[in-house]
Amino acid sequence: MALMTQGEFARRKQRRVMKGRIFYGLCLLAVMISLGMLGVLLFKIGLDGYARLSWDFIVKDIGIDWNWPFLHIDWAGPSRKPEEAGFGVALVGSVYVVGIAGITSFVLGVAAAVYLEEYAQRSGFSQAIRINIANLAGVPSIVYGLLGVEIFVRMMELGRSVLAGGFTLALLVLPLIIVASSEAIRAVPSSLREGGFGLGATRWQVVRHLVLPQAMPGILTGVILAVSRAIGETAPLIVMGALTFVPFTPGGPLDKFTVMPIQIFNWISRPQKEFHEAAAAGIIVLLVVLLAMNALAVFLRNKFQNRLEG
Amino acid sequence: MAPDVPLEGTATSIEGRALRASWRKVLPERVITVIMVLCTMMSVLTTVGIVLILLFQSLPFFGEVSFIEFITGTRWTPLFQSKHFGVLALVSATVLIALLSMFVALPLGLLSAIFLSEYAPEKVRRIVKPVLEVLAGIPTVVYGYFALLFVTPILQSISEDIFVFNAMSASIVMGVMILPMVVSLSEDAMRAVPRSLREAAYGLGATRLEVSTKVVVPAALSGIVASFILAVSRAIGETMIVTIAAGQSPNFTFNPFVPIQTMTSYIVQVSLGDTPTGTLESRTIFAVALVLFVMTLAMNLLSHYVVRRFREEYE
Repeated sequence: MALMTQGEFARRKQRRVMKGRIFYGLCLLAVMISLGMLGVLLFKIGLDGYARLSWDFIVKDIGIDWNWPFLHIDWAGPSRKPEEAGFGVALVGSVYVVGIAGITSFVLGVAAAVYLEEYAQRSGFSQAIRINIANLAGVPSIVYGLLGVEIFVRMMELGRSVLAGGFTLALLVLPLIIVASSEAIRAVPSSLREGGFGLGATRWQVVRHLVLPQAMPGILTGVILAVSRAIGETAPLIVMGALTFVPFTPGGPLDKFTVMPIQIFNWISRPQKEFHEAAAAGIIVLLVVLLAMNALAVFLRNKFQNRLEG
Repeated sequence: MAPDVPLEGTATSIEGRALRASWRKVLPERVITVIMVLCTMMSVLTTVGIVLILLFQSLPFFGEVSFIEFITGTRWTPLFQSKHFGVLALVSATVLIALLSMFVALPLGLLSAIFLSEYAPEKVRRIVKPVLEVLAGIPTVVYGYFALLFVTPILQSISEDIFVFNAMSASIVMGVMILPMVVSLSEDAMRAVPRSLREAAYGLGATRLEVSTKVVVPAALSGIVASFILAVSRAIGETMIVTIAAGQSPNFTFNPFVPIQTMTSYIVQVSLGDTPTGTLESRTIFAVALVLFVMTLAMNLLSHYVVRRFREEYE
């Protein structure tokens, strides 16, 4: 191998350093573009929707008449005029559907996670279930809509109702909740369980009084994130048969419904500019709701971390 | 294992005594265990339900339409008078959009991941990561709005020949949508590469670029490739962006500037219409969904396989 002269070495080194700088610039640019996209997206939507956004736009259709557990809502009648379109029906629909989905998937998901972490041995059975859950998380959401339409709408004869929609979304987010809850339960130190067993507690008593209270903030964080995923889901509910135009807010669990993203989709697919503005205003409402839920999840996560450290 | 005998397998002697001591204590234990097993089975039932429904609704369809015509035909007109059931028209559109979106997500995602893992100080990471999580949490209908009412007008101002509904606009926005996933998974893989490897390379006089591209990326390659495959799978199954921005015209074409229809947006189109149940037309969506399900499942299994088979283990 021929030896390099001092000058040759310096020249090559300078070139390598230059290449490094260019590459650094490219990486920085990539991150800037990625973050910039979020900025442009939010700016565009804010610009389009700002003018339409008002308290009236959100609550106009909700005439509150408490009829526990469902609000009974009287409404003047469907408006197809773009400038009068309101978001209240969709907002209330989302609250009901996502509420049902959240409660159902919370109960099922936490029970499954407790079973997998605290009861089942690491055998073929529980291993198979874990693999199954991992694969379920990769199934396109629209396929869950077909599952919902066959099982809940037709076989269980719930119709295209709030209940059927809630159950469909519950199955969709179930894998997320099981995974998050499993992680939270696994993070509980085993000394706690051993202490419980040492005092003669049964397995369920240990789970109920020691493990679950300790894991609950982590579980709730996972549930909130899963629910915020459910709020934004459109495709499965369209396939399940949620209507794109519903004049009344649902008064009971078997009523027809629409949700925020479907209402937004409906407005986007119309040609009039006024509807597009309404869609942008609807998106702002949707994003604010999601942001609030994420903030709550972050808050819970921080509290949880402090408790483990303290 | 038998789920109705919860305690035997793992029982300590203390538990065993408690078990004998009182049926009042044991009975609730058993009931609760059975309930929990049932809840756990829900996830299995979901999988079984999806597979059975797709198969049982598709079988009568394939009784009337030849399977060969279905998977090799390129004309898709099940809702018209002269019916053709060539699913390739929908598959080609789906693949086109998935591939084009990777042209956006792959370079941006990989470079961003390298930046976060190798260059960015901890402070910057702590800001950028949550912002990317926000990007990942935005509902897809919002991306659809962005594609149709922001990106498409820009494309049209560049060239008059571009249609209102086109694959290009949907693909660009789809790329932005899957970007956070690529960044997050690739960065995890890169950060799992041990420090000692980097330090050895720096010790030999390598620059940061050389460490990144010749040491870290090759060592993390299995994780990076797996993240790309998962991203493609996400893009294939994504619905709202393509329904809103790419159109409803099943064209067998790889021209990104004309309206097309993906598998997912066909399912939405039929669901929104009033096709009577039990007809051949209504069964088409299950056959299409079966193709979609098989494609995404194959990609997901492939990504797991890549991680397991090609992982570089450093101890």
